[in-house]
Amino acid sequence: MPEKRKEVLVQVNGMPVTVPAGAMVSAALLQSNAPCRSSVTGQPRTALCGMGICFECRAVIDGVAHRRTCQIPCREGMVVETMQ
Amino acid sequence: MSSQHWDVLIVGAGPAGMAAAAAASQGGHRVAVLDENPAAGGQIWRRGWNDDEHKPDAARQAQTGKFVASGATLFHGRRVVAALAQGVLETWNDAENVGERFAYDKLILATGARERFLPFPGWTLPGVFGAGGLQALVRNGYDVRGKRVAVAGTGPLLMAIAAHLQEDGAKVLSICEQAPLSQLVSFATALLKRPGKILQGLSLRSSLRGVAYRTGSWPVAAYGAGQLEKVEFTDGKRRWEVDCDLLACGFHLVPNIELPALLGCALEDGCVRVDALQRTSVEHVFCAGEPTGVAGVDAALLQGEAAGLMAIGLTAQAQKLSARVASERGFGAAMEKAFRLRTEVLQMAAKDTIVCRCEDVCYGDLKALADGQNTWTDAKLQKRCGMGPCQGRVCGPAVEALFGWKNASVRPPIFPLPISALSSEPQLRTDSNSAALQEIQ
Repeated sequence: MPEKRKEVLVQVNGMPVTVPAGAMVSAALLQSNAPCRSSVTGQPRTALCGMGICFECRAVIDGVAHRRTCQIPCREGMVVETMQ
Repeated sequence: MSSQHWDVLIVGAGPAGMAAAAAASQGGHRVAVLDENPAAGGQIWRRGWNDDEHKPDAARQAQTGKFVASGATLFHGRRVVAALAQGVLETWNDAENVGERFAYDKLILATGARERFLPFPGWTLPGVFGAGGLQALVRNGYDVRGKRVAVAGTGPLLMAIAAHLQEDGAKVLSICEQAPLSQLVSFATALLKRPGKILQGLSLRSSLRGVAYRTGSWPVAAYGAGQLEKVEFTDGKRRWEVDCDLLACGFHLVPNIELPALLGCALEDGCVRVDALQRTSVEHVFCAGEPTGVAGVDAALLQGEAAGLMAIGLTAQAQKLSARVASERGFGAAMEKAFRLRTEVLQMAAKDTIVCRCEDVCYGDLKALADGQNTWTDAKLQKRCGMGPCQGRVCGPAVEALFGWKNASVRPPIFPLPISALSSEPQLRTDSNSAALQEIQ
């Protein structure tokens, strides 16, 4: 393993989550065990495709809803909220 | 006026797009490459947060080096949403929240492929991912160290994915491949003619020592209370359960043909029809790689190079690649045959299994429509199947496999846009003066 990597601290539903630099927001959500969103019939959902096509990983990032979290890198201090 | 145009515009910065860009940039041609992802590489060479911990991929390094040296300009984070005027593509840039237009003389479509998903009970549970999907999420920073992972579905990528998951610290329990051993044996015989591909396979095997590879088996159901706890598998005779944290399940690949279809390119068997020189049915539009028929990275590199050469008029040089392109496409055809879907995996879904995840449309409702001779258009209008934000990219290949439904039409925007996009005038993009530069190393 190389020397300690840079990390990024984000908030998921108000809780601090640390991910390696370069990680996407989907990684922070999966690490926090929070489903990204509720489906139209209320089922919990998390990322499926990892490549931006399935739209299952949508969440609220810095106040903007329906962002595809697998396509957006984490930035220090980012505020992520799941869509319930 | 000429500076308002790119000589060659390429959609997709995976292996085919990168090879096309390197070939087309010769002689000072101005080449732009659009890609939706944050970096070049496509899916197979997706950049990972910990790439330095993995064995370097020689082909990826060589191609990336050529691409960077070519001088082609990469515009990442752009998804193509429409083609409203001749010779112009409209894109949406999520990061900058801005629409742009890219004008071109020649267009190369290198839009790649996506996973095929087939519905089975429990496949919407958190903890169930695509196979390539889980690999992409891990490259994107998801920490799977110590997680128990079952891998299932079909296709040559399952083993590669399992090997990568192991390298990233996951404990892969087993790989369930739906294709029967007999089909895979004939594929393996075809492989003998291609030593390079066998070596790739052998290096995978060493990472997978001790992992069971079960052919002729497929998932019955995934179970868990709000989160995956176990998966039941079958080989058609007996059933067994695997306790696991994650399931990585995908059923080979389907080409991304939405943009080619929007541009009017003729399709054949779900793929973009091209001649031996990568020309589509639309003048000045070429297509390379998986959209012309899933055949893997070697085919994509050759086809991309040929398309790039054709786009700048170097026909004789492109012709020299034709025989190798044909051979690689033959390999793709053998692969499709070896991993073709068995009837049983088209019968995994129960009545209440969700097929369309955007609109939560269940199998039973769709089956009733299919039995009544209805089309996918009827299913869209009556049940909203395929009407959600993914625009049928997930359920479309599933309903085609399950019911033979084909998408009747592709209309812009081919990706959902924020409302703000409608009120802003797109910028015409002719230069490289934004944050779009070559951030791919």
